[in-house]
Amino acid sequence: MEIIQIVIFCIIATIIIVMLKAHRPEIAVQASLAVGVIVFALIISRLSPIFDFIKIYTGKANINSQYIPVLIKIVGIAYITEFGAEVCRDAGENSIASKVEMAGKVLITILAVPIVTTLLELIIKIMP
Amino acid sequence: MDFSMNIDLIFRIAAVGILISILNAILKQTGRDELAMLTTLSGLVLVLVMVAREIVNLFNLIKTMFQF
Repeated sequence: MEIIQIVIFCIIATIIIVMLKAHRPEIAVQASLAVGVIVFALIISRLSPIFDFIKIYTGKANINSQYIPVLIKIVGIAYITEFGAEVCRDAGENSIASKVEMAGKVLITILAVPIVTTLLELIIKIMP
Repeated sequence: MDFSMNIDLIFRIAAVGILISILNAILKQTGRDELAMLTTLSGLVLVLVMVAREIVNLFNLIKTMFQF
């Protein structure tokens, strides 16, 4: 039961962070960052069976396999961006958080360009 | 993954924070304000180094996981 471990870990960390916040807000921010990193690392290492599953079924369904890594990369960028933005927002820096999110959106759009191009070319080909 | 090591990190950060608070209070009481500022800064850097190492681990994990 890994979820119980994670929840208890987060509760203990929250208690510690609330205790620290009154005297040392800068160290409380770092502690919450550390909690985020640890939980993230624990969960993300569990993701590889899901990716294997997706790859197996895209192979069976004859979907062009060059698009799947792009999709996985986009998911990764979204995770990292969300993580960074949440850390900034927790520390009270909403403007920096929105800049992080903007950077993530731009990079995701750049990665998605080949997929959108093939879609648009397909549409043009279908059009009379 | 080793979980006890992970909660260890949080406890270490909390210990550094409490220690810095106490040192800060003592140094302020004895009138050494510039030394109190220095202890605060050094504690912050210490915790930052500890957290940065974990962040590097996480980003390497993400790099291998999402095939960057």
